[in-house]
Amino acid sequence: MDVGLLSQYIMNGLMLGMMYTLVAVGFTLFFGVLDIIKFSHGDVLTVGAFTGLATYIGLRSVGVSSTPLLLLAVLVVAILAMAALGMLIARYLVLPLRSAPALNTLLITLMLGTVLREMVRLFYPQGANPKPFPALLPTDSINLGQFNLRLDNAIMLAAGVTIIVGLRLLLNRTKLGLAIRAVAQDEETARTMGINFTAIVLITFAIGSALAAIGGVMNGLYYNEINFGMGLLLGVIGFSAAIIGGLGSIYGAILGGFLFAALQTIGAVALPFASAYKDVFAFTVVIALMAWRPTGLIQEKISERV
Amino acid sequence: MPEVKQEPQAPLLPGVVAVALSTAYLIALLAVEKQPLVIGLLAFGIVAVLVAHYMDWLDPVGRSFAEREGVLSAYAVLAACVVAAFFHDNHFVLLLFVTVLLYAVATLGLNIEFGYAGVLNFAGASFFGIGAYTSAVLNTYTAVPHLLVLLIGGTLAALIGSLLLLPVLRTRGHYAALVTIAFALLLKTFLEVNDVLGGPQGMQVKGMSILGWSFNDNFEIGKIEMSFYLNYFVISMLLLCGTFVLVRRLERSWIGLDLDAIRLDETAASCFGLDIARWKITAFVLGNFVIGLAGALFGMVGGFVAPNNYTFADSLIMVSILLLGGIGNPWGVVVATFIVVVLPEKLQTIQEYRFLLYALIVIVVLLFRPEGLLPRPVRRYFPGGRA
Repeated sequence: MDVGLLSQYIMNGLMLGMMYTLVAVGFTLFFGVLDIIKFSHGDVLTVGAFTGLATYIGLRSVGVSSTPLLLLAVLVVAILAMAALGMLIARYLVLPLRSAPALNTLLITLMLGTVLREMVRLFYPQGANPKPFPALLPTDSINLGQFNLRLDNAIMLAAGVTIIVGLRLLLNRTKLGLAIRAVAQDEETARTMGINFTAIVLITFAIGSALAAIGGVMNGLYYNEINFGMGLLLGVIGFSAAIIGGLGSIYGAILGGFLFAALQTIGAVALPFASAYKDVFAFTVVIALMAWRPTGLIQEKISERV
Repeated sequence: MPEVKQEPQAPLLPGVVAVALSTAYLIALLAVEKQPLVIGLLAFGIVAVLVAHYMDWLDPVGRSFAEREGVLSAYAVLAACVVAAFFHDNHFVLLLFVTVLLYAVATLGLNIEFGYAGVLNFAGASFFGIGAYTSAVLNTYTAVPHLLVLLIGGTLAALIGSLLLLPVLRTRGHYAALVTIAFALLLKTFLEVNDVLGGPQGMQVKGMSILGWSFNDNFEIGKIEMSFYLNYFVISMLLLCGTFVLVRRLERSWIGLDLDAIRLDETAASCFGLDIARWKITAFVLGNFVIGLAGALFGMVGGFVAPNNYTFADSLIMVSILLLGGIGNPWGVVVATFIVVVLPEKLQTIQEYRFLLYALIVIVVLLFRPEGLLPRPVRRYFPGGRA
């Protein structure tokens, strides 16, 4: 295999890994503060991508044609809308069920995911079909020897890294981050220290959902196509990635996301059967990993939840 | 032996009246075609139930069902036969009715896993599909007797389900849910890309025939022409009765008690010497077997299988039935299956929106009535005694 092809695969793997990571980090954040898994997370991503697309179409129709402006608008609208949606979900569906059995939270977020997915399918114009997503980033490519680096991929990758580093700084260097970590560690102590629990939970859900919105837009820009079912797949993979890395740790989510992408890329290259089976392979890996290491590669300190 | 002093048994009458009224209502609902009439009838049904609830007429019904279950079950079977006989020449209604029965069987299987043992399974439709594809393949390529095909369908669903046992047993709650969701997505994608099993177009399934009696031919009793779906009605009804009795007996037996203990508190249950893994495996395998059995028969009834009929959304519909009816209550499952399956067929405007609608209904049920429409009652070991 020549170097060019190899680097191409690595680049694809990195892009995939970045998207998985953005989703996985959301799962980890929610789990951290509330000890719950929000199964609708993937579908929030879908809604984010579709919100971005709708913004683009809307702005184009009123005559905005500057690409950077469009990109900015798409991102800002998608992020703000999803942050709001995440807060609403937390406030009205997740927090009221805190004292109910964990099963109920699971079911309610699962069903909420279905609601979001079906809303996109039914109420977005022709939402049942895949939608083309505009290329808002420069698509020039730089030739480095045999390797063909597409500029948009490089920008997205850099943006992803910046976001993750930013999130890390937010969590570790700011007062808000301190509060989030305190709530994650011990809710009651955090409350007695004067931290507004509800506000922190809502902010965390807003952050996680905003990351999903970024992931959704990134997904659209990368594949130039979005469809109503993509969030379900990304959600399952992102959740598995979060688990494999060890739920509750940001680094674990990053590790899991890239590991999963690596496995998938290697699987697509190395395994003889057609690429049609790539999703089958991905889900087999999910199940196998859950059988092998249900508590993740970085072991949780307390694993009674498993 | 001296007679134990018993409270007087609850009267049978309220239960019989309830069964008769529901039968009449069901016949009316299935018979009307015009959409305004359907809507009117549905509204009437809802209002009637609410009024009955408000006037406390439902309590005697519940009591007579709780205490005279055997007799009333027989009446319910009779009622189902009456409905089937009323529509003896109507293909569409009978197919719908058979669908309800088989979905009820499958959901009862899910109930064993979900409701008793607490093993989460969000791939119900996948196991249903495994059964259906089994009958498609076996009926097309082999001459295996069709009753045996049903059993093989169930067995295959149980076997393939066993592949998930390790991850399901090693995990709990959300994690186990993830495993089954991944399996549901996996199976659907697999069926779609696999050419041997017909790909996205699916396969035709040959109809059932037992000892030369072809189920797919209309037949006559006396001079009256009967729809061939009546054949399927009979066998589905038998299957449902068998499953219902199995589930009810299971719940009442010490196995059911063990399963409940495991669901409610694994640590406590294992402290009392219950083998958690053993009972979870039993419930998961048995449940999948039942689902596969129903799926195999459903494949033959429908005459056609395709990946799109066995998606994750369909699995969620089964879970919705379970939650709507009341987890763990077989009667609730049957009632909820009627609502969930019949409603979108009669009310065509909501057909397209059914996944959305049921997801919303489940959210509302979970927020406001988490125990479902017919909450599971406490076991009654002594008829007439206090529970």
